[in-house]
Amino acid sequence: MSEKQSIWVFIEHTDGVIADVSLELTGKARELGDQLGFEVVGLLCGHEVDALAQEVIAHGADRVLLADHEELALYRTLPYARVAIEEARKRKPEIFLIGGTPNGRDFAPRVASALRCGLTADCTDLQIGDYYVKKEDKTYKDLLFQIRPAFGGNLIATIVNPHTRPQMATVREGVMRKPAADAARVGVVEKIAPVFDPGDLVLQVLSRQVRKSTIKLKDAPVIVAGGAGIETADEFALLRELANLLGGEVGASRAAVDAGLIDRAHQVGQTGTTVRPRLYIAAGISGAIQHRAGMDQSSKIIAINTDPNAPMFQIAHYRIVGDVGEVLPLIIKTLRERSMDQREAE
Amino acid sequence: MTDQRPIHSAVLVKQVPDTHNITGEVMTKDGTMNRGALPAIFNPEDLNALEMALDIRERTGGTVTVITMGPPKAANILRDCLFRGADRVILLTDRRFAGADTLATSYVLQCAVQKAGPFDLVLCGRQAIDGDTAQVGPQTAEKLGIPQITYAETIIEITSTHVTAERALDSGSEIVRCTMPVLLTVVGSANTPRPASVRRQMERKLAAVPSEYTAIRAQWPEFESDEALDAYLTKRDLKIPVWTAEDIGATEGSIGLAGSPTQVHKVNFVVLESTESKTIAPTAEAIKAMIAELVHEYIVG
Repeated sequence: MSEKQSIWVFIEHTDGVIADVSLELTGKARELGDQLGFEVVGLLCGHEVDALAQEVIAHGADRVLLADHEELALYRTLPYARVAIEEARKRKPEIFLIGGTPNGRDFAPRVASALRCGLTADCTDLQIGDYYVKKEDKTYKDLLFQIRPAFGGNLIATIVNPHTRPQMATVREGVMRKPAADAARVGVVEKIAPVFDPGDLVLQVLSRQVRKSTIKLKDAPVIVAGGAGIETADEFALLRELANLLGGEVGASRAAVDAGLIDRAHQVGQTGTTVRPRLYIAAGISGAIQHRAGMDQSSKIIAINTDPNAPMFQIAHYRIVGDVGEVLPLIIKTLRERSMDQREAE
Repeated sequence: MTDQRPIHSAVLVKQVPDTHNITGEVMTKDGTMNRGALPAIFNPEDLNALEMALDIRERTGGTVTVITMGPPKAANILRDCLFRGADRVILLTDRRFAGADTLATSYVLQCAVQKAGPFDLVLCGRQAIDGDTAQVGPQTAEKLGIPQITYAETIIEITSTHVTAERALDSGSEIVRCTMPVLLTVVGSANTPRPASVRRQMERKLAAVPSEYTAIRAQWPEFESDEALDAYLTKRDLKIPVWTAEDIGATEGSIGLAGSPTQVHKVNFVVLESTESKTIAPTAEAIKAMIAELVHEYIVG
């Protein structure tokens, strides 16, 4: 077993496909590992998933801990947590990153509680830095800075765990960039043989229904998103019409999702999807920090809002103070006229 | 299910600041929150957990005990629980609980659930709106040494030994069957919480913790002393028990700031980088010009 300090990534997978967020975090772990001189380790639990190990290595891992067992075929809290807890106790990773998926958010707190270590949910950035504790007059070197919007908005908190290991954090899909796969990368696949107590197996999955998501928010080149300023289904239909014209997707702020105007799969932001489209049109979205954290890296941002002081205007490239119900039809009309002109020109 | 035995549930609830109305002044220097400066509300998904527990009680018989950790004014949500149908409520309050992260919070809840129990089910909301971490439920389950069913939406069946529930996941749903005791975290789509019952409200409006006695006596001068009020409330089972760290046998080093592995290193106000930006009038001409510019830059095809 390697004595080298390590950064772990929980590798989540469904139907033989690794979740994007796990590979994104493997890439981030590689970056942090290079900075700290740590080994990057993917923790892969499942049944007959050997083929996935090389993919984890190709995305930046030095080692994959492969726990293969029929009880691990489908994700369940207790067997998965058992493997992570036992291995973490033995190998003492410094950092443990987990995707902020429903399973990841079920798994991570269970493991953190057993290991009695700190866990920060939904980080929007991870950095390495030093932390001085006045009470102890001591500087802790190279801690994981777990950065997240906090307290409902306006504020960004940097959380650290000076005294406990591993330093655990969850990160939502899309926050980190997925690195290009390098099939030539070499790594170690280390098989581990999990042992379960009867108590680990008290929960049975009777059935599982997977709804295939038809929306690909993260990869959409254009996103037309609506927020609290959208009041009617008709106005929401305008968003969809514009998104279709631009070959894009419809996004939403949490306010619009909570209001029941659109499915949660469309939510952009800290607790939704992080996106970096070529063009982001924010229609009636005031721009709370949690939303901006999920879209502020868009190449161009058009903000439409009746409130001239909406925070979204401060990061927008084009500010349109006006009513969504009037401005969107103008944009749609302009685009339709353009495409008609083009057709005539041809 | 004629041979159904009664099911005893604990519901863990939280009073949260209404984070929709947050300002900078509510932050303290050490980066934690001055909760007193914000309007406080019942965490929405905890109401769904309470409703699920009340619904189970209607199906199986049994009891519903509600536990919250918070400042004395969190008694407000406990009264609300009594009005909605809870049998018993407990307030965990102690200055030393302050500044707890999710790990230290789950330890206190574990101690309290163990003291108040045994329970067949422990229920709580999926997450609280002030942190959105969804960590306290699973952490409490781990500390109690019981399994967890997160994102529970529907209780399909309860027998004397097992619960079968449907979980709502982003990508679909799952039906699981698990032995009891088990902890469930409940999603907002699970149900519509019943309102407070007017009759229960009339009967229990005086339910209080001792720190509220002065205020109650100002309103009800017929209680001549705190002792008289205390005796009245105790006799009618309206005195809300308040448990401190000692009462639940919690170890000092595991609670509050001291028991919290996470520390807030710093809190920054978000400084918006001013982007080079143009103001576009909401007119056809201005928008046409904007689109032309975006086409020119290959942003729009």
